[in-house]
Amino acid sequence: MKRLSTEQLLGLDKFVVDDEEAHIEVDRQLCRDCSEKPCCVACPAGLYTVKDAEISFDYAGCLECGTCRVVCPQSGSAIRWRYPRGGFGVQYRYG
Amino acid sequence: MGEEKFTAIVVGAGPAGSTAAMVLAKEGNDVLLIEKGASPGSKNMFGGRMYCHALNRILPNFWEEAPVERAVARETVTFLHGGKAVSLTCRNSDWTKPPYHSVTLLRAEFDSWLASKAEEAGAELACNIRVDDLLTEDGRVVGIRAGEDEILADAVIAADGVNSLLAQKAGLAKMFSPGQVSTGMKQVIELPEETIRDRFGLEGNAGAVQLFVGECTGGMPGGGFLYTNKSSVSLGLVVSASALQRSSVRAPDLMEDFKNNPEILPLIEGGKVAEYSAHLIPEAGLGMMPRIYGDGILVAGDAAGFVLNLGYVIRGMDFAIASGEAAARAVICAKERGDFSGNSLSGYQELLKKSFVLQDLEAYRKVPEFMENERLYAEYPGLLTSIFTNVFSVDGSQPIRLHSKILNRVKESGLSLAQLAVDGWKGATRL
Repeated sequence: MKRLSTEQLLGLDKFVVDDEEAHIEVDRQLCRDCSEKPCCVACPAGLYTVKDAEISFDYAGCLECGTCRVVCPQSGSAIRWRYPRGGFGVQYRYG
Repeated sequence: MGEEKFTAIVVGAGPAGSTAAMVLAKEGNDVLLIEKGASPGSKNMFGGRMYCHALNRILPNFWEEAPVERAVARETVTFLHGGKAVSLTCRNSDWTKPPYHSVTLLRAEFDSWLASKAEEAGAELACNIRVDDLLTEDGRVVGIRAGEDEILADAVIAADGVNSLLAQKAGLAKMFSPGQVSTGMKQVIELPEETIRDRFGLEGNAGAVQLFVGECTGGMPGGGFLYTNKSSVSLGLVVSASALQRSSVRAPDLMEDFKNNPEILPLIEGGKVAEYSAHLIPEAGLGMMPRIYGDGILVAGDAAGFVLNLGYVIRGMDFAIASGEAAARAVICAKERGDFSGNSLSGYQELLKKSFVLQDLEAYRKVPEFMENERLYAEYPGLLTSIFTNVFSVDGSQPIRLHSKILNRVKESGLSLAQLAVDGWKGATRL
């Protein structure tokens, strides 16, 4: 079966992106000093990538699982995690 | 809303929350059921199967009107290693007759239906609302805050899922550790009904469930699953979050690799992926259970860590429903006493102790630790597949009897007999 890229997979999902509030905020300074960056392998949506030694993260496309929050070695300080505001974020049609 | 005070505010319209709201409303209580999604279920996903017993006790014969997919008639567990596979299949035609043993379903539709039952009973459902905080007075929970709105209630039932921020805010739960949860990923793959029947050998509305252990997770604790729906299959992987931290393969790539495994590919070939979803699964059982009651607050469902994974049986929804019901009963008793203190609400824990929820979690208390054993996901699938492929191989060489074939494979595997005996004994006594 043809492999789908993560972008293609996320393209199948319905999202209502909140342009005013990011539900996840990443402290790039703390992330720069993190040697492991497990978020980059563990995020099912592949939203964490490293560009020029800096963490690059986009909250649009988040499946709201909470994996990044739990795998982060500096849980609670490097990643500020909330659910999106009511009505925003992913909207599963199957689930 | 503003001035009104509810008997209970239930946060989260999943199976625990909607059940709690329904049971409370049926007894004439003012209940507000709050959901952050645009509709109940729109934020929820699971593997794909609910064991029916818990809901059937509350809504007898619910399957006659509930949007369920297939009644599971066939269970298969498959060990995968290096292109080899060994499966055990169990079929029981009684499971396809009412009262159905278990059904596959899709959460967006099902959770909406269950929430509608709560509404029918008289609960007020409010969607598109994220609860930001709890309102407290002298340390007691007296309501919730959502944006600018503050809503009061005698009791709050936190049924807000595995990431329960409310249980944490209430000081009842600590943040869990990576070893206590797994990440689940799923793709819903559409296939014609007829193709599903043919490929899985099913009749009518009968369904199949397949679980996979071994190379699908790259030997990491976890496994693969496949649930047949009416005209789609739910295919996915579950991987321990602590193993994912150290994984060399990105989570979404594991999932794409799994789809192309020779055991999976023929089952989904020609299918069209309709949705990709992910969720955390509480795996540590009693080891991660928060305090489930406090002054003015109860915690139910995934938020309380009520999931049981035995490897071959994985349960969450039946625990969620039964805990939602028990939480509602505890609030009803507290109301009769006019006392919503933690002491008064502690009846919730007593009810759960008398039900399968805490009885099963207590009986299988040591399972989560057993399931962390990495040999279950790497060495043992390798050993099993090498034994069976050897047993079924014919090549004209010297005859070797069965027990020697098995012992030879054990020797090759590098596992000691003592290790096998210890793991075997633990498995047999804990599972």
